[in-house]
Amino acid sequence: MAEPRTLSEKIWESHVVKREPGQPDLLYVDLHLVHEVTSAQAFEGLRMAGRKVRRPELTVATVDHNVPTENRDKEWPDPLSIQQVAVLDKNVTDFGVMYFGVNDPRQGIVHVIGPEQGMSQPGMTIVCGDSHTSTHGAFGALAIGIGTSEVEHVLATQTLPQARPQTMSIEVTGELPAGVVAKDVTLAIIRKIGVGGGIGHVIEYRGDTIWNLSMEGRMTLCNMSIEGGARAGMVAPDDKTFAYLEGRPYSPKGKEWEAALDYWRTLPTDEGAKFDKIVTLAAAGIAPSVTWGTTPAQSVDVTDRIPDPDSFDDAGAREVGWRALTYMDLKPGTAIEDVHLDRVFIGSCTNSRIEDLRLAAAVARGYKVASSVRAIVVPGSGLVKAQAEQEGLDKIFTEAGFEWRDAGCSMCLGMNPDFLLPGERCASTSNRNFEGRQGPGGRTHLVSPEMAAAAAIEGHFVDIRNWRRN
Amino acid sequence: MEPVKKITAQAIPLNRRDVDTDQIIPAKYLKLVERTGFGRFLFDSWRKDESFVLNDPAYAQAQVLIAGPNFGCGSSREHAPWALEDYGFKAIIAPSFADIFRNNSAKIGLLLVTLRPDEVEILMTRAEEKPDSKLVVDLETQTVGIVGEDWTFHFDIDPFVRHCLLNGLDDISLTLAHADSISTFEKQRPGFLPSTVA
Repeated sequence: MAEPRTLSEKIWESHVVKREPGQPDLLYVDLHLVHEVTSAQAFEGLRMAGRKVRRPELTVATVDHNVPTENRDKEWPDPLSIQQVAVLDKNVTDFGVMYFGVNDPRQGIVHVIGPEQGMSQPGMTIVCGDSHTSTHGAFGALAIGIGTSEVEHVLATQTLPQARPQTMSIEVTGELPAGVVAKDVTLAIIRKIGVGGGIGHVIEYRGDTIWNLSMEGRMTLCNMSIEGGARAGMVAPDDKTFAYLEGRPYSPKGKEWEAALDYWRTLPTDEGAKFDKIVTLAAAGIAPSVTWGTTPAQSVDVTDRIPDPDSFDDAGAREVGWRALTYMDLKPGTAIEDVHLDRVFIGSCTNSRIEDLRLAAAVARGYKVASSVRAIVVPGSGLVKAQAEQEGLDKIFTEAGFEWRDAGCSMCLGMNPDFLLPGERCASTSNRNFEGRQGPGGRTHLVSPEMAAAAAIEGHFVDIRNWRRN
Repeated sequence: MEPVKKITAQAIPLNRRDVDTDQIIPAKYLKLVERTGFGRFLFDSWRKDESFVLNDPAYAQAQVLIAGPNFGCGSSREHAPWALEDYGFKAIIAPSFADIFRNNSAKIGLLLVTLRPDEVEILMTRAEEKPDSKLVVDLETQTVGIVGEDWTFHFDIDPFVRHCLLNGLDDISLTLAHADSISTFEKQRPGFLPSTVA
C-alpha cells in the first residue's frame, strides 16, 4: 500500500519532469495564463535570446489590469496603458498565443476567464504572473503566482523549477450563519493565521463548510490564500466541481470527459495523509467581517469596534496597528457601523463572478445608493457581464444608482482610470487593503459583496444579517 | 545575471513588518515595458515623507536593506525587486520573506538573507545608531558581520539558489539542458488536458 498523500502532493508528484538532489523539482506547467503587466519583459527576454514559446497551445492571454471599465471605444486616458496593451497585442501575434483582447467578448480578469472557459481543471498545474493565481485552486488544481522571470521561464520551457512547499490543512466545520459568505470565511482565516502564516505552504481547505461552498465561493476563498502568505490554496474536486466544468468550452468532451472524471476522482487527499500544519475553525464563530487596517489580517466583525492597538500583546502588532489607524484616519473604539464611506467597489478577481453580482443585487434591489457615495459594479469578464444583463442584474444596480461597468481589475489596484482620491474611504470586495493600493492616500475596507452593497445604500457599514430585502 | 559573492556596504534600517510590494512600487508605475528604471519609484509614497529613512543623507551609500518580517508580501510584481536593485540595493536582511518575492529576487541576483528576529534586531539597532557601520554579507561563508568586529551571524539559504547566485547562472539555460526530459514528459500527458489554439 502506497503512503497516503495529500491532494497537492499527488499533483506535485505527477508533474515532476526532473528531480535531482540539491535542486528544486522541475515541474511541468499545464496552463499558463498571461496578462499585460507581468509579461512584456518576459516576451522581450525570449526575443533577445532567440527563443520561442514552447507550447503556445497551453497558454492564453488577456488584458485586465490596465483596461478602462468605461468609454473603452474612446481614447484611453493613459498613453502608458495604451502602450502596455499594444505590446501584448504584438507579443501574442508574434508568438502565436491565444488572446482574449479588449474587444473579445471573453475578455476579463485572468482568474475569472480560466474557470469560466473550463480551462482550470482538477489535477492541473496552473501558473500566472499574478499572485491571485491561487484562485484556480478551487478546482483542485495546484495554481501558483509567479514573477516575470518565471513567466519567461515557463514561456520558454513550459516548466518551472520550484522548491517543494509544505502542506497546511485549514479545516472549517459546521453551517455558516445566515449572511456569512466565503469572503468572511477567508477574512476569518487570515485574521487567525496572520498575513505571513502561510509562508512556504500550500493550503488545502477542508471540512463540511468548505464542501458546502459554491464553486464561486471556493474561488473567493482560494483567491485570498496569498493574503495569508501561502504559496497556493486548494479545495479537493467533487461533484460540484465536475458539474461546474461539464460543457464549458475547454472542458473535456465525450470519452475524454469520462477519462478525466476517473482521474479527478483519484485526487482528493487520502485518509491518513499528514499535513505539516493544521488549523481548524468553527463556521458558527464567523461573522460578517470588515477590515479596519492596512493588511487583510486586520479585520473585525461588523458588530465590533475599531480595536485599540495598545491592547495588542505583541509590540510589533501595536506599532503596525497604530500606523494603520493613522493611515486609515480611524480612532480606537469607533463602532464599525459608524464608519462612513465615500466609495464602494464591487468587483476584482475575488468577488466579480456571477454569484457575487447576484448576492449584491439581491441586497440592492429597490434601494438607492446614499447620496454621499459613488458606487461601481465591475463584472469579472465580458461573459459575466452578459449573463448578469440577461438576468436583469444591471437594471437593479443602475436603478439603485450603481455604475455598471465593463470587465477588468478596475479599482482593485490603482492602475487604470478607476482609483480612489487621497483620503477617500472605500468599501471594497477586493483582496488588499494595503496603503495606497486603490490609489495614493485611498483608504480601503475589505468586505463581502453583500456587505459592500448594503454599505453603498446606507453610506456606512451595516450588519447584513439585519438587512431587509425588497 | 551578475554573480553575487560578498557585499560590504552601509545598511538602511527599515523597521517595519509586512512591507508589501504595493509600498515597494505602486501599481501605477508598472506600466513600463522595460526592466530598468524602476529605482526612482521605490517606496514612492513613503519617500514623500521627509523623515522616511531613505531620505536620510546619512544612508546615501547603503546597499543593504534591513527590514521586519514578511518582507515583500502581496502582489507578484517582479518590479519590486527590480526597483530595489535599480535603486542600488544588493541584499536585504529580514526575519522572513514572502515566497513569490523570494523567488523573484533570486532570479535577478538580489540576495535575501533570513536571520533570526533577535539577530535582525541587533543589526537594525546598529544601523539606526551608527549609520556609518558597514555590514559584510558573505554568500560563500553564509555569514553577516560588521566591518572591524570579530563576530558574525550565520544564515541558511537554499543551496541551489546559492549556487546560481554565486555563479550568476541563468536558469532558463539550465532547464533547457533537460529538453529531452521535458519532451519525454509531454508524450505521456493525458489527452483530456485542455489545449488552446491561437
